[in-house]
Amino acid sequence: MTSPLGKDLLALEPLTPEQIGLILDTAEPFKEISERAIKKVPTLRGSTIVNLFFEPSTRTRVSFEFAEKRLSADTVNVAASGSSVSKGETLVDTARNLEAMRIDMVVMRHGASGAAQFLAQRIESNVINAGDGTHEHPTQGLLDLLTLRDHFGDLRGLRVCIVGDVLHSRVARSNIWGLQKMGADVAVCGPRSLLPNAIAEFGITVFDRVEAAMEWAQALNVLRLQLERMTAGYIPSLREYNRVFGVTRERLERADHDILILHPGPMNRGVEIDSDVADGPHSVILNQVTNGVAIRMAVLYLLAGGRPELAETAKSTPGGER
Amino acid sequence: MDRTLRRMADEIVELHDGTEDLVLVGIQRRGVQLASRIARLIAEREGEAPRLGALDITLYRDDLQTIGPRPVVGPTDIPGDIDGARVVIVDDVLYTGRTVRAALDELADFGRPARIGLAVLIDRGGRELPIHADVVGKRVELRRDQRVDVLVAELDGADSVVVVPKTAPPSDAGRAAGGGRSKKSPARRSAAGEASA
Repeated sequence: MTSPLGKDLLALEPLTPEQIGLILDTAEPFKEISERAIKKVPTLRGSTIVNLFFEPSTRTRVSFEFAEKRLSADTVNVAASGSSVSKGETLVDTARNLEAMRIDMVVMRHGASGAAQFLAQRIESNVINAGDGTHEHPTQGLLDLLTLRDHFGDLRGLRVCIVGDVLHSRVARSNIWGLQKMGADVAVCGPRSLLPNAIAEFGITVFDRVEAAMEWAQALNVLRLQLERMTAGYIPSLREYNRVFGVTRERLERADHDILILHPGPMNRGVEIDSDVADGPHSVILNQVTNGVAIRMAVLYLLAGGRPELAETAKSTPGGER
Repeated sequence: MDRTLRRMADEIVELHDGTEDLVLVGIQRRGVQLASRIARLIAEREGEAPRLGALDITLYRDDLQTIGPRPVVGPTDIPGDIDGARVVIVDDVLYTGRTVRAALDELADFGRPARIGLAVLIDRGGRELPIHADVVGKRVELRRDQRVDVLVAELDGADSVVVVPKTAPPSDAGRAAGGGRSKKSPARRSAAGEASA
């Protein structure tokens, strides 16, 4: 039996709705493990996983590390600064050297879009994309789907609006692919300078006013305004951004229904989201973090094993039945 | 099957001299339904039901690397504290003993019971580990190329125990949670021998 996801998890775009549903279903029992006194199962005992982070990350790296440790894998963290390395060759060399030490999986974050796929095609280990450039961040997309499903029960027909810097956001892209595949209605809202030109071609509604987005949406996924973008002239000022697109309590109260609030973190309080919204009753921001560990455990579990040649040997020996 | 379960319930109560500190833990999937039925039968007899739990041992299997992941992992739910409790693991079929080995490992992560017992509906022999059941519904000797499937009304519509060739698709007619593991094949059932339990 090969892994139901294939060798790698690089993006949500190539996955089928069934595969995404399988990951979400598999994450359910993993939630319980993190509630135990002994938060550990022996599933990946003996597996070695390298967390290769070419970009800074706290939440995602820690979340992956918890997921790996709770499945009893051995983990090594490699933090590399992307500035001084010449990309292609060095990346492959790094990975091949790691592979020569007999590792089983690589979890990689990289500043270049497509870096995870580039690596996956060149090494035998499983590769999990923990964010590549402005391309995708599949496990974040999956944990957002899980959090929405926890709350609404079903993703079909759910109206979700992604608010903010969609142009530079790999989280937005993974969300759009994942939500659309699971049958949700997706919209985006933000300054036109921060929306991709051809966004409407994805079959996505575009709201220019955040008030209109709130009238429509059952859930808002509020993206981090990447502050470094401001100097590049995408927006006039943080204050103006907050005034026009900020998700504030006053605005939410004007909508005639409750709206679930998601944010992938880290938050700029007072810029894209106000504190009383982030900490308010409709915020599931910390549920997202909790679900992140369960989703990553599910992905690790589903990618592990599944070596076809070993499966053949196992089939011919007794003991396959429980 | 009812009569067998009733006898198993009696034996469990006698073995433990009552229901005090008794916890029945069913192994996903069919063991869970069997445990809950045995608990009901014990409650009828003793006027007090034992605590009930469920265990999915998928994550404790020793063959993930070789057979690949089982697609859907069922819930594990251990009721309260099992330190000092008398736990009885309930499963449908006892074969190699590897499932029970995994269940023992998993239970140890939840606490330290005073005693752990094992009750199975069918013991088909063929052990690969030094494990034996305290309470057995029925013993059958099967060849290695055969498999026994237990079907329960709660999941499968009706109770039955069928012996099928080892390579036959699962007899649960695709009802497994999350689905997609097997497709119904009507021809299979008629070819299968029925064992009574």
